[in-house]
Amino acid sequence: MKVSVEYQALAPIIILLASGVLSVLVEAFIPRTLRRPIQLMLVLASIVLAFAYVVINATAELAGDPLVNGGQVKGLRELAASGSIAIDGPGMVIQGIILLISFVAALLLAERQIDPQGDAFASRSSTLPGSEDERQFTAQGWLQTEIWPLYLFCVGGLLLFPVSNDFLTMFVALEVFSLPLYLIASMARRRRLLSQEAALKYFILGAFSSAFFLFGAALIYAATSSVNFSTVAVAMENSSQDGLIIPGIGMIAVGLLFKVGAVPFHQWVPDVYQGSPTPLTAFMSAATKVAAFGALLRVFYVAFGGMRWDWRPMMWVVAVLSMVIGSLLAVTQTDMKRMLAFSSVAHTGFILLGVISTSAAGLSSTLFYLLAYGFTSVGVFAIVGLVRDASGEATHLSQWAGLGKKSPWIATIFALFLLALAGIPLTSGFTGKFAVFTAAIDGGATPLVIVAVVASAVAAFFYARVIVLMFFTEPPVDGPSVVVPSALTTVAIGTSAAFTVLLGIAPQPVLDLVINAGLFIR
Amino acid sequence: MGQGNVYLPIFFLGLLAFGFAVFSVAAASFTGPKRYNRAKVDAYECGIQPAQAQLGGGRFPVKYYITAMLFIIFDIEIVFLYPWAVSFDALGLFGLIEMIIFILTVLVAYAFVWRRGGLEWD
Repeated sequence: MKVSVEYQALAPIIILLASGVLSVLVEAFIPRTLRRPIQLMLVLASIVLAFAYVVINATAELAGDPLVNGGQVKGLRELAASGSIAIDGPGMVIQGIILLISFVAALLLAERQIDPQGDAFASRSSTLPGSEDERQFTAQGWLQTEIWPLYLFCVGGLLLFPVSNDFLTMFVALEVFSLPLYLIASMARRRRLLSQEAALKYFILGAFSSAFFLFGAALIYAATSSVNFSTVAVAMENSSQDGLIIPGIGMIAVGLLFKVGAVPFHQWVPDVYQGSPTPLTAFMSAATKVAAFGALLRVFYVAFGGMRWDWRPMMWVVAVLSMVIGSLLAVTQTDMKRMLAFSSVAHTGFILLGVISTSAAGLSSTLFYLLAYGFTSVGVFAIVGLVRDASGEATHLSQWAGLGKKSPWIATIFALFLLALAGIPLTSGFTGKFAVFTAAIDGGATPLVIVAVVASAVAAFFYARVIVLMFFTEPPVDGPSVVVPSALTTVAIGTSAAFTVLLGIAPQPVLDLVINAGLFIR
Repeated sequence: MGQGNVYLPIFFLGLLAFGFAVFSVAAASFTGPKRYNRAKVDAYECGIQPAQAQLGGGRFPVKYYITAMLFIIFDIEIVFLYPWAVSFDALGLFGLIEMIIFILTVLVAYAFVWRRGGLEWD
């Protein structure tokens, strides 16, 4: 029996997971004080190396159809690991986006200058909140370095998720990135009970959604005798077992829509975004959403592409609910992180417009939106982590009053991110929304686009309200202040702001990139 | 034979399993002797003392869980080793190297537990 593994195509995933294993060894054998710098180097180096491999794979010159481009095809398009992983244009674009976001988010996770006690994570997460042990470990300046192996495994899982080409691989990838997220979500240094509650809610609801996903995969297997997307797509066309296929599609949709945080599977989003350590919220709101949308696109374009007339009405309803409920509930929030969480739910609805188009334009516009939204989201949560008072982050909206007078720079960059989330021209948000709405109109979803425009208008209200609050009200006497971060967070915020502006002013190179990425392979 | 008939045995198997579970629980409560004492009322006869819980939950030792987790790790390793051993000649050198990599990753988990004091039962 000849077995082979396509190491070149799988290199980014292998690098991240192998670094994760290495990182566990660092935790086991390196003295405590040396762990942090070594772990940080390992994380950043492995992300850079994996990104380099994605670029190499995406630009590789391959022999192909002699009629096309002189017989040269750019970029890998291959089914790896016996057809269970598909490395193709969109897959590599999504991997690239995840790695870029992971790099920036790693800088945020490593920040330890904004909290006088240390970084954003509990000194020892095994200590009881408020106990004497906790006080002692904090006083001695212990840092939790176990987040780094977890982070590496998480990023490795995220890279595998959007390129997995069968339901079982996809499920394994889902668990590989979810389990570390549940753990890191519980490790906040401040407001530990809230953080632990958030992690437990995330875990229980996440386990439920995984079960839905698995049940759906089982039903699809029952109908088509395969879990492989390409085989499932062919088998569905000739199958008459709609009684198994339709519930199967629905249940898999539940699992994936939970991960992207679409209504009615969004209940975890505000609680988890609020309770998690803010750097992790930044990572989760961006990278997890990108990876989950990548997987959603692949499943619904490749495996269920032939059934689009059956699943589109369901997606219409989910998209409308996400946009409307996300925007309306965001208006009523008084906590900054919860407001941004509901705004993230609304954005899920906007991105779903691209998924519903089921066209090449829908795919490329979704990829662009994911890159634009990912960086804006990282930036916005990075700044939320900077506004602090004695007890930690000051997330109540009233505490943000007059911030523009005290720290004009940070307030201006925050306003830039909010404008991008609202979709104002000359920011990345506008380009992304424009591309997605255009694709949706071409795909025959004009009523949805009308709802989306109205929802955007409602959303613009609560973004504008924060800007007015920051610049046109007097600061409270004992209000919070903006902490001066180290170079790590500064670079992260700077990169996010640069992407947000560049993708708004000069989006063409990136638009070309996502269009040239082509379609998913089967 | 129609499509539905294929699944009929599975349905009856499920029914049988359900019926057996109900029967066992019911039969035990009718026929079994009932002589309660302290140990009988406890959840289990070994492990954590459930009666000593403090107000608000308190703390409980995680030793048992670590031991159990370690057992599961090696149990799963065995699960993968068996099919590999059966088809060892077919998989050849490639299979051997892959298996060594797999065992090494499990060993990393073991090394982590050992270095972090998970094996010390003070």
